[in-house]
Amino acid sequence: MSIFSTKKSWINLTIWVLLIALIIAAPSVLPVFRLNLLGRYLSLAIVALGVDLIWGFTGMLSLGQGIFFALGGYCAAMFLQLNSAGEFPNGIPEFFGLYGVEKLPFFWEPFKSSIFTLLSIWLIPAIIAGLLGYLVFRNRIKGVYFSILTQAALLVFFNFFNGQQKLINGTNGLKTDVTQLFGQMVGSEIMQRWFFWISAVLVILAWFFARWIVRDRFGNILIGIRDDEARVRFTGYNPVIFKTIIFSIAGGLAGISGALYTVQSGIVSPQFMTVPFSIEMVVWVAVGGRGTLLGAILGAVLINYAKSLVSEALPASWMFIQGGLFILVVTALPEGVLGWIRKDGPKKLLFLLGINKKLETYPSLEVNEQGEVKS
Amino acid sequence: MQLILESLFNGVAIGSVLLVAALGLAIVFGLMGVINLAHGELMMLGAYSTYITQLIFKQVSFLKPFYDSYVLVAIGIAFLVSGTVGILLERTVIRRLYGSPLETLLATWGVSLILQQFVRSVPLAYASGLVIALFFGLFTPLLISDDLLHGAKGKLIRACTWGFSALLGVATGGVLSSLVSKLSRASARNVDVTAPSWMRGGIDFVGITFPKTRLLIILITLISVLVVIFFLDKTAWGMRIRAVTQNRSMSDCLGISTETVDIITFGIGSGLAGVAGVAVSLLGSVGPNVGGNYIVGCFMVVVLGGVGNLLGTILASFSIGIMTDLIGAGRLLTIWPDMPSPLYSTIDFFATTSMARVMIFALIVIFLQFKPTGMFPQKGRMVES
Repeated sequence: MSIFSTKKSWINLTIWVLLIALIIAAPSVLPVFRLNLLGRYLSLAIVALGVDLIWGFTGMLSLGQGIFFALGGYCAAMFLQLNSAGEFPNGIPEFFGLYGVEKLPFFWEPFKSSIFTLLSIWLIPAIIAGLLGYLVFRNRIKGVYFSILTQAALLVFFNFFNGQQKLINGTNGLKTDVTQLFGQMVGSEIMQRWFFWISAVLVILAWFFARWIVRDRFGNILIGIRDDEARVRFTGYNPVIFKTIIFSIAGGLAGISGALYTVQSGIVSPQFMTVPFSIEMVVWVAVGGRGTLLGAILGAVLINYAKSLVSEALPASWMFIQGGLFILVVTALPEGVLGWIRKDGPKKLLFLLGINKKLETYPSLEVNEQGEVKS
Repeated sequence: MQLILESLFNGVAIGSVLLVAALGLAIVFGLMGVINLAHGELMMLGAYSTYITQLIFKQVSFLKPFYDSYVLVAIGIAFLVSGTVGILLERTVIRRLYGSPLETLLATWGVSLILQQFVRSVPLAYASGLVIALFFGLFTPLLISDDLLHGAKGKLIRACTWGFSALLGVATGGVLSSLVSKLSRASARNVDVTAPSWMRGGIDFVGITFPKTRLLIILITLISVLVVIFFLDKTAWGMRIRAVTQNRSMSDCLGISTETVDIITFGIGSGLAGVAGVAVSLLGSVGPNVGGNYIVGCFMVVVLGGVGNLLGTILASFSIGIMTDLIGAGRLLTIWPDMPSPLYSTIDFFATTSMARVMIFALIVIFLQFKPTGMFPQKGRMVES
């Protein structure tokens, strides 16, 4: 049996071909500035995948993914800062001098190691997400309460990072574009091209990973929790464990995404933890199609590209467009664009406009090569 | 003793702003299960209404003698402005999303973005014209008898009221922008509301100075709470609101128009946000983002207080307010100077306004470990609530 026998797979295949063609063609076609933007948006697609896992599949709307995104970014930035701190007084990053700090704060120490950093980028956000999630899920706090609590947590982290100048440079954030990695400036063109490729590869890997999670029984339980948590509990599963695991995975994905985004935008600052940014992540998924992993990637890349184009042309109008998008997608397109296409939306639209006549008068059966009806 | 009293007063003052803002949010959440992320922007509209009222009282010659009382007028206007916008929001967006709270959350966030950009890029004079048009368009049909509205010419009459309201709105916009030049241009800058002379300064009592603006805010809160309690407990519509909050489908079966109840509740909730906006405008400058500073505090009040219980909302606001003052202003250290040193350094670390939020959030999460549904949970036997 071919995997391309169903319509869903055909749509997926088309989108994949387009996406991969875009990724391969982009470095030679786009100027560096645009390429860098595309790389950033691809890295944002990874956090969108995480949001899709917890919201689209498990039904938990987190408005605080910015926490884990920023933590991943800070981990990467701390390593890069330390890596190129040799020339500064005391051998510690330059900004410490501004606040009269002479000794490296203790939690910076392990970030001298590159292996620790590579692990911490996803492990630290995942652990914190798991802890926070466990404390919340344990008490069966869910729905709107969960959303509000994550938003409050986001604000708390924002306040913490914003206020601690002496520990992590507070509101100014940590710059990465003038730091050194492998003898190259991180902000240089060669490095940025590399980061683009890494982002592209990681997006695809993250997609496979997410698909692997949602395909099996584990994924079924997640969907069960979304649709009727009480029933899942009565069937003998403990939703707390599954929710904690998936929230922690989403946190890890957000961390990776944040690290990639940081090295490509050149700075990590508490601005990554503002309330609007975290809600935007949700709307990427909503527009692309919740519950469809590809939709999350598409939504993140397309909306961000649209945002940068619109903001360049008409800065004031983006807020209106974005606000309208929120309302439109929730009221008119609850399945998102991809879900709409998969559910024969275009055909129905053509039919409504009177261009296409409805031909089928009774539901057709899907048959396989032997002419047997599929179950 | 003096210190404790002062701290208590500050806490109550912080808490009362929170309370009047969270009151509307809590009522709506209790009734419809909807968290309105645009609540902060409705507060912002209330704050801008205060600013516009103040300018009008300053510029228009026959209102000038009454300048000192503009704040009182502003409270009413802010209530109506935010209430109108809230009802429009309920009728156009939230109604369609009934039963899916998370989607409502996202849609109201979209509304809040639009409102923020709206006050930035539309001149305030025309914005107020639009609100007036909406107000008359929504409410004049209530004055016309039902027979006429649903009769043969009903549609024509409705169209006429909307046309009349639109004209009124345009006229208001035009008059305002020619009268008050400050309102005729769009501006993203923050504006300031100056308190009238009788509200400046403070009252001295047992050696402590109580600022008059804070006292007025506490008074506004007290009156709002009393009015809301009276409305919910003593009036027919209040009873219907309580009935729908307890059991929506049963109320529907018994002939209560849940649709009307939703509109009234949302209108009142939004109107209270407007009143909170007046209070906020007296405390600092008014800008498009002013609501965002308070909104998360309001959410915490709703989470901590529990749903459908005003007492919970009141207690939660004041405890958050008092905690903010105790921790944030470092007052705990002055009250109890010889506490053990590890505790001292911990509390010293959190002794700024922003770090106090960190501490309070941690405390709320700990509290929710013991009481997951807030201080006063709703009683029920359902698995899902």
